[in-house]
Amino acid sequence: MELLIAIAIGLLTGCGVLLILRGRTFAVMLGLTMLSYAVNLFIFVSGGLTAGAGAVLGASEQYADPLPQALVLTAIVIGFAMTAFLVVLAIRARAELGHDEVDLQKPNTRGGA
Amino acid sequence: MQHLPILPVLLPALFAVLLLLQPQQASVKFRRVGSVLAMLLNLLVATALLWQQTNVPASHYLLGNWPEPFGILLVADQLSSLFVWLTTLLTLAVAVYSCAGDDEKGAYFHPLLHFLLMGLNGAFLTGDLFNLFVFFEVLLIASYGLLVHGGGKKRIHSALHYVVLNLVGSALFLLALALLYAMLGSLHMADMAQHISTLTPSETLGVKAAAGLLLIVFGLKAALLPLHFWLPAAYSQASAPVAAVFAVMTKVGVYSLLRVFGLLFGASAGALTGYGDALLWWGGLLTMLLAAAMVLAAVDLKKLAAALVLLSAGTLLAALGSGNAQVKAAALYYAVHSSWIGAIWYLLSDLIARQRGSVGDRLVPGPRLPQATLLGWLFVFSALVVIGMPPFSGFVAKLWLIQGLSTTSHGMLLIGILLLSSLAVLVAFSRAGSVLFWRAQPPIASATPTIIPSERTQVFAIVLLLLAGLQLVVFGQWWTQFCADAIAQLTAVSGGY
Repeated sequence: MELLIAIAIGLLTGCGVLLILRGRTFAVMLGLTMLSYAVNLFIFVSGGLTAGAGAVLGASEQYADPLPQALVLTAIVIGFAMTAFLVVLAIRARAELGHDEVDLQKPNTRGGA
Repeated sequence: MQHLPILPVLLPALFAVLLLLQPQQASVKFRRVGSVLAMLLNLLVATALLWQQTNVPASHYLLGNWPEPFGILLVADQLSSLFVWLTTLLTLAVAVYSCAGDDEKGAYFHPLLHFLLMGLNGAFLTGDLFNLFVFFEVLLIASYGLLVHGGGKKRIHSALHYVVLNLVGSALFLLALALLYAMLGSLHMADMAQHISTLTPSETLGVKAAAGLLLIVFGLKAALLPLHFWLPAAYSQASAPVAAVFAVMTKVGVYSLLRVFGLLFGASAGALTGYGDALLWWGGLLTMLLAAAMVLAAVDLKKLAAALVLLSAGTLLAALGSGNAQVKAAALYYAVHSSWIGAIWYLLSDLIARQRGSVGDRLVPGPRLPQATLLGWLFVFSALVVIGMPPFSGFVAKLWLIQGLSTTSHGMLLIGILLLSSLAVLVAFSRAGSVLFWRAQPPIASATPTIIPSERTQVFAIVLLLLAGLQLVVFGQWWTQFCADAIAQLTAVSGGY
């Protein structure tokens, strides 16, 4: 399980970084979302991975660390709000600038898009 | 008085919501009066908090009364209350300044300003690393809103870069937090400091990685050299009052470095003691050199002000990296002084630009300023403060820094660069002043309608900040003692809570 989770986090981070480096705001936004998924997973496993254990004391023999679960909840909410803001800002930038480029250059001034 | 530490966070949040409601939303006058009155109340609370810290040990405010180190807590000590006070005074001045018309260029200026203050105060007061992240996000989302205040192509575009950059920063912050939690099992900062002292050598590797990530995040906020590139772009695109309040945003990064690294990697951290100091030292020195070059190369007043903010950030970071208590205390004094003077320069350059018509704040000969006497005197005083001429606060701050550095073995380098950059600032301001005020041409008849006289509130806001800087010198004994005590308290606390 550890290996699987580690690979998942690594893949998400890699894809996120790759997309953030793209020239269009849409791709950058997707990249940031992927990065935040990777981060959320990473926080979730920071208390250690346990199978079949609840976060409530006494409910089962073993119990999982509840704090990372609380942290990840907060991180998800904040990440969601920030992504929403970025979407609105990107749409506004598209309307104001007339293109979707992260750089100020217009698409036709660069080779390929 | 027991609940005083939570008030700097609660009150701005409450006022921000109140300002969104009727009748504040209906009338501009109500909104302005309400906002300034609320800021005055905030300042009163911040002053009470500061005053309380002079004679009592640091108070830990436990939210929900959960025992330490399990619950969330606020720590009101001399360091945090000093930053809360300086920020509150600055936002008060900005609120007053914006009442001249800047607040009506877009919606919700005053509520956003209060939310920003809430985030800043929270970030200063929190004693919990995860809450530091939460308050960072609060202040960031308010700053995003403020940055696009007034709209316009370039502003939206620079805001887009700023937001994406800070979102990546937040992701790195969370990674560092999770890694630290996995290694130490706690996010209570004083408790983490204790856990760090008992780590085995193999475990320190994870903490080092996390600390490196934190260094990137805080360095990004504080504009440490390779991470500084966003600052001039974002700050010179923002409207003047917003840029002025952003002058304190780099200080949040510096404060976090001082608090988190000071606590976690203090004297008790074993092999990790002083982790990151060398990087801050060299990064800070290079930032100063670059900023000094930017000061000389600035083509308009706003770029000059951005270079000043960068210069003060570099000085502070290098001072933190010196690892000497006296230098850190001097840096604290310098942080207070430089936040205010940075803000003054953004406000003043806005006033000057308004009276120069189409030339704006570019440093080329333009029409004669209608209020050249008033603005000229403000310019001279502000320039003297920022250069560090006696008897102003810049002089005391730099003298104290140099005094502290001369006792350390490697301080000469910073002294040299500090003096050199001060010379650069002196040259730049002499040049800017003579171009703006002396090489002015008589006004052209057709250009006069575009010239806007300075409002009383705007001048009052700048004078308020100048006076605040002046009292740093008048009560110099008290302030220097306070800064020295704050650093002593911080180093003492890393032993236990």
